[in-house]
Amino acid sequence: MSRKTLIPIGPYHPLQEEPELFKLYCDGEIVKDIKWETGYNHRGIEKLSESKTYEQVFFLVERICGICSTSHPFAFANAVEEIADIEITNRTKYIRSIIGELERIHSHLLWVGLAGHFLGYNTVFMWAWKYREPVLDLFEMISGNRNSYAMFKVGGIRRDIEETKIPVINKILDDLQKKIDLLTGAVMDDPVIHARTKGVGILTKQDIIDYGAVGPTARASGVAIDVRKDDPYAAYPLVNWKVITAEAGDVFAKAEVRLLEIYESISIIRQCLEGLRKEPAGDISVKVNEIPEGIGNGRAEAPRGEVFHFVLSDGSNSPARHKIRAPSYVNIATFKKSCIGQTIADATISLAAVDPCYCCTERMAAAYDVSSGEKIMNAFELINKSLNRTKELKETIKGRL
Amino acid sequence: MAINVFYFLVFPGLLFTAIAGAFLSWFDRKITARVQFRKGPPVFQPFYDFFKLLLVKETILPKYGSPVIFLLAPVFAVFGAVMAGVFILLPLLNITTGFRGDLIVIFYLLTIPSFSYIIGALASGNPLAAVGGSREMKLIMSYELTFLLVIAGIIMKCGQHFDLSSIIQVQQAGSPFIGSISGVLLFIVAIFCIQAKLALVPFDMPEAEAEITEGIFIEYSGAAYALIKLAKYIMFFILPAFLVALFMNGFRIEGTGILWAVLKIFAVVLIMTLIRNTNPRVKIKQAIRFFAIWMNLVAIVAIIIIAFGY
Repeated sequence: MSRKTLIPIGPYHPLQEEPELFKLYCDGEIVKDIKWETGYNHRGIEKLSESKTYEQVFFLVERICGICSTSHPFAFANAVEEIADIEITNRTKYIRSIIGELERIHSHLLWVGLAGHFLGYNTVFMWAWKYREPVLDLFEMISGNRNSYAMFKVGGIRRDIEETKIPVINKILDDLQKKIDLLTGAVMDDPVIHARTKGVGILTKQDIIDYGAVGPTARASGVAIDVRKDDPYAAYPLVNWKVITAEAGDVFAKAEVRLLEIYESISIIRQCLEGLRKEPAGDISVKVNEIPEGIGNGRAEAPRGEVFHFVLSDGSNSPARHKIRAPSYVNIATFKKSCIGQTIADATISLAAVDPCYCCTERMAAAYDVSSGEKIMNAFELINKSLNRTKELKETIKGRL
Repeated sequence: MAINVFYFLVFPGLLFTAIAGAFLSWFDRKITARVQFRKGPPVFQPFYDFFKLLLVKETILPKYGSPVIFLLAPVFAVFGAVMAGVFILLPLLNITTGFRGDLIVIFYLLTIPSFSYIIGALASGNPLAAVGGSREMKLIMSYELTFLLVIAGIIMKCGQHFDLSSIIQVQQAGSPFIGSISGVLLFIVAIFCIQAKLALVPFDMPEAEAEITEGIFIEYSGAAYALIKLAKYIMFFILPAFLVALFMNGFRIEGTGILWAVLKIFAVVLIMTLIRNTNPRVKIKQAIRFFAIWMNLVAIVAIIIIAFGY
């Protein structure tokens, strides 16, 4: 066995904005093995959710992810509405879809920019983020917030999109489409970008099925998996659109899928705005008296893939159990396939290519490392440690008093 | 003796090249900012950066490394850059004529900063710095031969003169080398070579912020890092100046000649800035292939054209 160097990516590293640790075991520049440690960010949201009322949980789950902040309320609304068997109005459906698709546009543009930055192409980074600004302005116009829109509630939404705003939205979308054309051209036709991203971090169709990857990661490998088509919700069955797929499975294909999805999203928003004109204004929520006992599964297609919320209701005003699965949870595992055998330069862009979101994914994890038998601290030990620390602090304060 | 110390420390040595390089680095950052819809830093930002690092920031030494070599490496880098700068600028500014064969000396002195960075990186004991150091080594091996071919082409073109002042005189008597086909080809090759020498995108893989977090410089901080910044500023001035001397008939330090001199330098820096803002970083393997096959081929074609007298 040759000697391997450990190249750490994390816990704090410019490649990823969030704390996580990837250990690349390298022989020269070639990555021979990869291990990752997450768990720097456990926030206890599932437990916290059990102590909140259904109305409050929306604001809580909105803060799971800063970028795709609508996909979690979307999935949670789907779950709760399944329990209570609520039929939402068409206007609600359209507005929910508009918010979801606007979010997809800004999230994909954000990824394109970051990918450019990771490739050392800072001009693409700055341009993509500049073109993302009008989308955030739209959000501010519709919901009052640039991020964390607070639009969802059980059985409806909180703010209507008035008739006067529709032409403004259309105008901004027209401008955006021209800019996206420019950006897509710049990214798709650049020979150096081709050299850097084609054939890098390939995930085959079989890999995607084996690892259960979702979202653009799966669609770039030719697996047409999309919750919006497979398990239609909101206004997606009411409008015409297609699932974008690519066959290559490399980083370039992932960029391609994301850029083309922006066009689909713009088209969906336009159709939703048309549909909105036919519905009576202000008809944006239905009255919900109580949430009965039952089980609800809510799914939504976040920009990164399928978000899944499981809600168990015991008939009270807060969920008895709330389980959340973010798309990165399954997508991160594909690194085992995409990074090993690549150079460090390729491995880093492969890590970024699935657009991972660690803070959304983190849950309290296992206590043992199976391969080495290394013990990792578990929940009780952590709690005990915390209790002991508090005790110690109390003792010291007592002495001073 | 005293005049030599003056040459080395003040003009055209350390002080002059450092100030000129800092301004050029501001120009580079400002153009980059304008390309990216940003405002860009104020004129004195490079000086603020340098003096903050030198005077305010703490220098932290790596625990598992060789502190003496680690700290000496930036000094070597500055020394090599200034020496190269003096030998380039003395004939270029028409102060002295240099000596026979100073082109070869300049060529070797210009590699000293890169080698110092490698030594410093390997002395720091950081695995990311080691990766950066190995990348820088591979990069040097790929572009140095190409750069030597460019210089060989220039020597052939000016009629077997091995010193910079003769090359400038030949151009000023005739026409600048960039006006011919072979000159343009060699200039393109030379621009890519100095792009790699300065570790700018697309050849910034020794630093590669998003991959190995500044790689070779990861452990440097405080005054030691300030010296590295100084060496980079100096290189940022003397390499374009070297190209101006080799291809654009040097400077005439009189009347409007000064304006032209400044414009030539800015033009070369502008080309470098635009290249670095319209390309992603390539992989080290691709960079080696780019220089070893394509750039060498272009340089050899240019030399063959020169042999036919164009």
